[in-house]
Amino acid sequence: MPIKSYLAHPHQGKKQELVHELSSISSCEVIPAENNDLVIVVTETNNNTEDDILKEKIEAIESLKLLAMVSGFDTPKSN
Amino acid sequence: MYTSLTNRREFIKKMAVMSAMTAAATMFPGILFAEEQERNLPENANLDWKKAPCRFCGVGCGVLIGIDNGKAVAVKGDPKSPVNKGLCCVKGYHSVISIYGKDRLTKPLIKKNGKYVETSMKEALDLIASKMKETISNHGKDAVSIYGSGQWTIPDGYVASKLFKGCIGTNNVEANARLCMASAVTGFMTSFGIDEPMGCYDDIDHADVFVLWGNNMAEMHPVLFSRLLDQRLKRGVKIIDFATRTTRTSMAADRSIIFQPQTDLAVANAICYEIINNGWVNKSFVEKHCNFKKGLTNMGYGLEDHYSFDDKPEGITFEAFKTFLQDYTPEKVAKISGVSAKDIKYMASYYGDPNKKVMSLWCMGMNQHTRGTWINNLVYNIHLLTGKISEPGNSPFSLTGQPSACGTVREVGTLTHKLPHGVVTNKEHREFAAKIWDVPAENIPAKPSYHTVEMFRALDRGDIKFMWIQVTNPMVTMPKLKRYRDACEKEGRFIVVSDIYPTPTTDIADVILPSAMWIEREGMYGNSERRTQYFEKMIEPSGEAMSDTWQIVEVAKRLGYEKQFYYNEDTHIEEIYNEYRRHHEGNKHAMAPLEVLKAEPGAQWPYVNGKSTKWRFNADYDPACSNGEQFHFYGNPDGKAIIWQRPYEPAPEIPDDDYPFWLCTGRVVEHWHTGSMTRRIPVLHKAMPHAYVELNPEQAKEMQIQTGDRIKLTTRRGEIILPASVNERGVPERNQVFVPFFDENMLINDVTLDAFCPISKQPDYKKCAVKVEKV
Ligand code: SF4
Repeated sequence: MPIKSYLAHPHQGKKQELVHELSSISSCEVIPAENNDLVIVVTETNNNTEDDILKEKIEAIESLKLLAMVSGFDTPKSN
Repeated sequence: MYTSLTNRREFIKKMAVMSAMTAAATMFPGILFAEEQERNLPENANLDWKKAPCRFCGVGCGVLIGIDNGKAVAVKGDPKSPVNKGLCCVKGYHSVISIYGKDRLTKPLIKKNGKYVETSMKEALDLIASKMKETISNHGKDAVSIYGSGQWTIPDGYVASKLFKGCIGTNNVEANARLCMASAVTGFMTSFGIDEPMGCYDDIDHADVFVLWGNNMAEMHPVLFSRLLDQRLKRGVKIIDFATRTTRTSMAADRSIIFQPQTDLAVANAICYEIINNGWVNKSFVEKHCNFKKGLTNMGYGLEDHYSFDDKPEGITFEAFKTFLQDYTPEKVAKISGVSAKDIKYMASYYGDPNKKVMSLWCMGMNQHTRGTWINNLVYNIHLLTGKISEPGNSPFSLTGQPSACGTVREVGTLTHKLPHGVVTNKEHREFAAKIWDVPAENIPAKPSYHTVEMFRALDRGDIKFMWIQVTNPMVTMPKLKRYRDACEKEGRFIVVSDIYPTPTTDIADVILPSAMWIEREGMYGNSERRTQYFEKMIEPSGEAMSDTWQIVEVAKRLGYEKQFYYNEDTHIEEIYNEYRRHHEGNKHAMAPLEVLKAEPGAQWPYVNGKSTKWRFNADYDPACSNGEQFHFYGNPDGKAIIWQRPYEPAPEIPDDDYPFWLCTGRVVEHWHTGSMTRRIPVLHKAMPHAYVELNPEQAKEMQIQTGDRIKLTTRRGEIILPASVNERGVPERNQVFVPFFDENMLINDVTLDAFCPISKQPDYKKCAVKVEKV
């Protein structure tokens, strides 16, 4: 159950778009900064394969300029 | 603690959010996340916002504290403060939470038969005064001492100095700033004859290039670093990180240049060589405003008790200086420093380019150095040779670590050799202080007694019997700690500790006094850029807690000094500050009146004719310049600054076959120094719960070490086990490890070395030899 957090930097003027795109992905929690062009993204997936697919999906978002990982945790799957 | 996996996952998710917020706050101090911030605020908050300098670091950000029903509930950066312009880092933002930790000390405690017993403040203060009297009468006045802090407010330090130096008549006054700023002070004193930076933070808005000398600003001075990043966005400035380890600062810089520990001395000389060799010297500036000197070399490292050193400066010619630098060609220096000749030339070219304004910034890397005074001198040499000094954007700038290391320790002079104005060795300075203190001039001894390391050694030997420790935690921060911890616990020693939480230092106390913290009392701090900032008492102290200032006043009265400590409890801070200002009258150091400090987000001394001074020694800005020239280095009698011939000398303990790694220690962004406050802020504690040892990733792989593995570090002083950290926050070079010192459960200072700079007496926490094993 990988849990990861990222700092997502939008392209200029595209913060809202980025927040919108990210929010539409169900395994992403999105926390936009109030006063900066920066969005925190926390992802939670079932396994590494899903995690890789999700990362690719995020990186394909057009309004995203840069995705920087901050932390990664792997936790046993709960029932 | 987390029984179910679901709970554990939720917890980890929160951790992930917190890590991201911490990282975001480092890169963008002042960043706000609505949800999180509002969670801390009461509903429908009708907050009363009051201004204060931040409690934590020496940047000295102006903050606004939200008070609700007598409780401090929120913090935001003060948009009116020119220091931080509304920004605030993760420590500052959470600072008020540290007031309300569950285990705040609220009652005085006295050790009786090995157990702490609650008592009244009156009884505790009576006991302290009687112990002091008894010690003085049995062992002499030099058997009592006080050890304070760069987190002392200005009035705290002032009354401590007045009581011990002026009234009791001992120079046994020291502060933990000896461990962090002493080399900066001796650097200024030897190069300019007067302490503290000539420039200010406004230099950041003017410089084209920033050279960070061993200074992890992204973590240690986050708000200032964000101002650098901001300038890069706006003006494309260059940031060069010159360090021994790759940090968050290196990652954010335009260039990261790594040098071998201690060889910054050689590289600085090589830069000077290049400046001269390429004809980049600002000849008219040097001729008009500089002298050349050399001092003694091979001074030793202060490892023995009673070590003493007096430099014997000697004038030299520019030609002699030039000849000396022949040993420091970039090619020669590349061999010892690991910095390529190309990189040395690259740095030199910025300093040498007349069209580029350069700001050099440093802090512990240069100050905690067995040749700390020298490396400070050498960086000034670079700026003096090129004339890039004392004007907007051209600025050698020594940053401080603590909120009032400058304001209290350096300006009030709470070091053994200092007075608020001048030094104890100068008869006129003693007479001047004695007059204001209303004591006979003979009271103040003409000889300094013990600097910090030697003060604790004296306690160990039994020369000092009584020590009062305020606002600092030496049982975590002293190098070669075990010796000094054992010293405190010896028979016949009496230790008083004033603090707000239990710490390893309160553990060795005979009396513990609960102190009022920061905005629970009134006071002032002075930051790195000569800015004095006032804060009012905003909330009531916890329990019986009392300000450190008033604790000292109460004891002074009990010792019979009512005449000198005439202050009224309600107005004492104002009375003390007004008295203190008299020591600094005149154009060189005048302090702003209290009304100004109350109304403004601080003022920078010299404060003359209603104006702060931003750049000293430059006639356009500094009212103390009087030689009719553009620049006047009036700290020295002939008005000139000194370019020093200082060689490279190795560190005292170099890695060898038995101890093959360098050990470097330092701080992390989440924690303030020993963590006694920030570890009680849940979000910060969770983000950085314990210390670790950072290893070089390649070497860790070869040693089959992964993050979390148990690693034993052994030095000649002892051993310690820590979890490994590989490729996480910082990346050390091969054969080097880094350990943060904030964690009282993993006391890295048990194994560090107590070698110090012979001139500043500041210990070097950045270099000793260590063996690294996986266990
Ligand atoms: S940078 Fe320093 S002074 Fe500013 S908010 Fe952070 S800890 Fe406080």
